[in-house]
Amino acid sequence: MNSRYFLPTSNVSHVWRLGQFSISYQPLSILVAFVLLLLVAAFAIYAMTLGKLNISLLQVVDAILGVGESGVKERIILNIRLPKVLTAIFVGAALGISGAVFQSVSRNALGSPDVIGFTTGAATGAIAQIVLFEQGALEVALAAIIGGVVTAIIVYLLAVKSGVVGGYRLILTGIGIGSILSALNSLMLVKGNLDSAIMANLWLAGSLHARTWMHVYPVLIGVVLLLPIMMVLKRALAMIEMGDEMATQLGIRVERVRLSMIFFAVVLAAFATGAAGPIAFIALAAPQLVSRLRQSRALSLFSSALMGALLVLAADVLIQWLPFQASVPIGRMTGIVGGIYLIWLLTRSRQF
Amino acid sequence: MSGMAESTPTFNVIRKSQRRFWLVAGMALLLLVTCLSMFIGTHYISAAVTLEAIFSFDPANSDHLLVVHLRIPRTLLALVVGGALGVAGVIMQGLTRNPLADPGILGVNAGAALAVVLAIAFIGIHDMAYVMWFGLLGAAIAGAAVFVFAGVNKGVNPVRVVLAGTALSVVLLAFTHMLTINSHEMVFEQYRHWSVGAFQGRSYDVLIPAAMLITVGLVIAFCLSQALDTVSLGEDIGQALGVNPLKIWFFSALAIVILAGAATAAAGPISFVGLTAPHIARIVAGPDHKWLIPFSLLIASTLAVVADVLGRVIGYPNEISVGIMIALIGGPFFVFLVRRWKISQL
Repeated sequence: MNSRYFLPTSNVSHVWRLGQFSISYQPLSILVAFVLLLLVAAFAIYAMTLGKLNISLLQVVDAILGVGESGVKERIILNIRLPKVLTAIFVGAALGISGAVFQSVSRNALGSPDVIGFTTGAATGAIAQIVLFEQGALEVALAAIIGGVVTAIIVYLLAVKSGVVGGYRLILTGIGIGSILSALNSLMLVKGNLDSAIMANLWLAGSLHARTWMHVYPVLIGVVLLLPIMMVLKRALAMIEMGDEMATQLGIRVERVRLSMIFFAVVLAAFATGAAGPIAFIALAAPQLVSRLRQSRALSLFSSALMGALLVLAADVLIQWLPFQASVPIGRMTGIVGGIYLIWLLTRSRQF
Repeated sequence: MSGMAESTPTFNVIRKSQRRFWLVAGMALLLLVTCLSMFIGTHYISAAVTLEAIFSFDPANSDHLLVVHLRIPRTLLALVVGGALGVAGVIMQGLTRNPLADPGILGVNAGAALAVVLAIAFIGIHDMAYVMWFGLLGAAIAGAAVFVFAGVNKGVNPVRVVLAGTALSVVLLAFTHMLTINSHEMVFEQYRHWSVGAFQGRSYDVLIPAAMLITVGLVIAFCLSQALDTVSLGEDIGQALGVNPLKIWFFSALAIVILAGAATAAAGPISFVGLTAPHIARIVAGPDHKWLIPFSLLIASTLAVVADVLGRVIGYPNEISVGIMIALIGGPFFVFLVRRWKISQL
């Protein structure tokens, strides 16, 4: 047996056969996913030790496994820090998956839920709720989800022509609707009263503050249920990247696959936005970072999810590390972490 | 990134033989709205007085002062800034072959924004004429950084440029946002006004340097039009046709930084025009850059001037800033065009 089977240096496909069954796999991809998984776990546990009250790593592990002595620290971990960390993980994962799908559907490296107007629409919903109506957290989250989903539906319907939504027409329609809505957003922020405008501005920066289990469950259930379904459809979506005609000839129901993947991706983005507000750049950066690490442009949902989770967690840890008293919203920190990481990877690699 | 092959042939709104006619018609329309912009404002001045102000200026007359020192420079600024963004957008999209690429993707807007905030927060500069130069400096540095980060000198790859530019923009904007949150209220107040994009209150000390820079940028852009046609065929074919991609990328980036940088520095970030005017021009005039650049210039200029006028009329007695108005007028029109006509893909 050759040593390259153990030490993957480039992302060559390998096939594992057993009788008539065979599975193709890429060693580098598996390695990347495995390392990301370890890093997410490590960051998650480490993030739970950070906070006003000092809690050691061991106590965190004990509390999660349910073997530690019950007390204030255990309650803090289980009721405050664990929900926050889980929100970070699943929000990141949902956005990572969503971004990967939209980059594939739009055949564009800049693809993200914004392609279909979701992010802008969600902001419109939230700002309208804050500026025009009342400001309860639940109402704002719901308004954001409704705004985003309605916008996505409108963009999709406008882009459909004789039953087909071309990737190109989808992008352009999304640009048009997105810019109208973002103008409306600015208008509401400028013309609304100052207090509401400041509230809305805070919501726009995203937040992981005071997240409870109520924030965790929807996005957690969404990711756990949808990811397996989407991974089944992934192969078909990857084929569609070659062109609608080609995929149709290969026996793929192009429109049906594309519509269901867009639908799932929007649902995930909606859950993520409801849980933490708009978190910038994860959807765009996570799939790109993964494809650079794997040295392959192939669509990857699982690793993109892990990368998204890792970026949000890392941003959260970094905020708590900051030595000076400055307020840094999580939505901005994810932009800085993801952006610098992507630039660094780009300057290092020559490919792509 | 490659557009999918669609089976139906591309057709444009106007026939090739009529392009020249429509270009002239567009110029006439632009001239009309430009005149309109000089006559309409929040303060009523009769048409006769306006004409008088232009042809026999009397410095003692306050209405004359208003027309000559506010309305005329403002209108001309809308004209050049709109046109600059439209042309920068054409170059950016032709170069990256990406329909989502606007001039801001080279980091120009974000670099200008951060430099402006730094100038306001730490140096305490308030005068627009000075703020502008910081904006320009920031735009140039960011553009150069994207060029280096994307490794253009090691071989041109549009996807890398687009990603490096987006990543740098996000980082710079995040720092800008954090600076405005954590510094004095007045800094945020000033930045907020700059960041919506407006022509209000800009006078000749902004107009003249901006117009001069933009003229240089436009000259470079027109010289590039043929080279851009070969680039949009793909790097391989371009090279086979004897084009030096590094040279084209360098001059294109230079043109974009000058055009978008000067526009952003003068009027603040206005995103819609640079992104959509090229698409509209492509629907109207087809993919040939020789026509695309002038059409995009005309469309973007007209859109900017019309939006500026309507912002004054609709928002009366206040104003709705041009950045908002452009998207509100242009957005529905753009969606309609996309739905109605087939666009020749990049």
